[in-house]
Amino acid sequence: MNPSTRPNSASDTLENNDIVIRTENVSIFYGAFQAVRNVFLDVPKNNVVALIGPSGCGKSTLLRCYNRLNDLIPGARVEGKIAYQGVDLYDPKIDPVEVRRRIGMVFQKANPFPKSIYENVAFGARINGFKGNMDELVERSLRGSALWDEVKDKLKESGLSLSGGQQQRLCIARTIAIEPEVILMDEPCSALDPISTLRVEDLMHELKKQFTIIIVTHNMQQASRVADMTAFFNAEATEGGSRFGYLVEYDKTYNIFNAPKQQATQDYVSGRFG
Amino acid sequence: MTSLTTAPAETLIDSSTKFQPERQINQIFRWLTIALAVCVGLVLLWITYSLLLIALPAIRTFGLGFLTNSTWNPVEEIYGVFPQIYGTILSSFLALLFAVPLGVGVAVFLTENFLPPKILTPIAFIMELLAAIPSVVYGLWGIFVFLPAIRPILQGINRAFGWIPFFSTTPGGRHLFGASLVLAIMILPTIVAISRDTMSSLPPQLRQGSYGLGATRWETITRVLVPAGLSGIIGSVMLALGRALGETMALAMLVGNANNANISWFSPASTIASLIANQFGEASGLQKSSLFYGALILMVLTLLVNILAQMVVSRFQQVE
Repeated sequence: MNPSTRPNSASDTLENNDIVIRTENVSIFYGAFQAVRNVFLDVPKNNVVALIGPSGCGKSTLLRCYNRLNDLIPGARVEGKIAYQGVDLYDPKIDPVEVRRRIGMVFQKANPFPKSIYENVAFGARINGFKGNMDELVERSLRGSALWDEVKDKLKESGLSLSGGQQQRLCIARTIAIEPEVILMDEPCSALDPISTLRVEDLMHELKKQFTIIIVTHNMQQASRVADMTAFFNAEATEGGSRFGYLVEYDKTYNIFNAPKQQATQDYVSGRFG
Repeated sequence: MTSLTTAPAETLIDSSTKFQPERQINQIFRWLTIALAVCVGLVLLWITYSLLLIALPAIRTFGLGFLTNSTWNPVEEIYGVFPQIYGTILSSFLALLFAVPLGVGVAVFLTENFLPPKILTPIAFIMELLAAIPSVVYGLWGIFVFLPAIRPILQGINRAFGWIPFFSTTPGGRHLFGASLVLAIMILPTIVAISRDTMSSLPPQLRQGSYGLGATRWETITRVLVPAGLSGIIGSVMLALGRALGETMALAMLVGNANNANISWFSPASTIASLIANQFGEASGLQKSSLFYGALILMVLTLLVNILAQMVVSRFQQVE
């Protein structure tokens, strides 16, 4: 398949046409190396969109462009347009710090701050100059991440004293607390046991009522369980020997797993890959 | 399936009867290291024992009053080290006051890639070189270059803020404040080196997590990274304090060696270490004993600081 042709855009056929993030012909470079090529991908509001594909296909790289976290990597550069509610995120006038306050992120490895559980959740609100009732916000956020009942009696204890799954839900609570519109999740369950994973997945179903979620996952069952829309990325080797990633197919999750239009998608989701 | 051929198990039992020079070396080396370790411990014990033994007459004569008495009179044989304890603690405190913000700032600056590595590496190297300058060189530079250079500034401060007790005397050629500034430069490398190691060993996920929540670089540094590395930074400060308390040569040259505990930082003062350095040559009898008593106090002081530093640093390593 020629990666530069526009893959089937499913957004035309969606019932919910409220698009939060538009990705138009986006290519991502590290110096001279092109990591991701010509991606078109529209994220509808209050949906869970899963990005799946083999390692090195650029799905995490793309995810980190949505809140400009790639800015922290020297030499990273984005071409094309990523629009959040119609505003180009890479416009020079945009403040990346403000972008990250609207588009929160949960990382692969749970990374609570070495502070108390309470302070972990309150951190984002504090730096945002939150003036309301902090106790209430912390409780609401911890309830939102289904952690409240487990930690309500030890809010003063270190966030690092929690189990891995609890730490990840603490990080989700921390993200909810800044009340973003979009939550990016970079393989949030890859370090968790199956029970904790199920908890976080259940949580996503709850969260999407309020937020829009983009999740990168290696776990195809997870994508099929949580995602409304799924984008399959693939990697291709260039003549120079380096690899670049591109979007193969983006559609409703049911279609991706049951009636994919591309042979590569069919091969990947059925496990006949590489 | 192919199986590897292994030696029969009996060879394990017979090995002791064979000639094995490596084994012997092993044994010799083991005893050698034990002997060396014991030697180090014995030296420490010996020093402590002799300090106590020689200080005993002074301890008997003056008791704890030695700590609060300001007289040092070899003619009447009355000794006390209150001005020296005051000078030691105040000079170390002032040195920390300047060196800690500067040192932590430099450490953050060196770890948070504000600058390209090409510039960072020489800066880090220069910081390490500061630690390699002998203390007598600092003293010489301080007395002939640094103190004369800052004298007009200090005189200006004295004129403008002389009503504040700390600046109430006209700064002369040597004074506690100038000595503390040079001391600050001397302990800076300790703070920078250890704080820098601490900061660079923080997991990168912390940084990303903070940026991901919309924190600015400043908020990330002040609210996440420095608090996360705080125990390491405190450890570095404690070690620096240990060095500042015991620093002798530069202070003996710069502090003025005046036996008074003046509230003004701009007046000459004295420290325990500088007192010993100045008096050991002609000391005998009770004076010698009193110097040893002073040395004992200094040792206990630095020992306490070092133990505290070890405790803080080890707590930090447990968190890691």
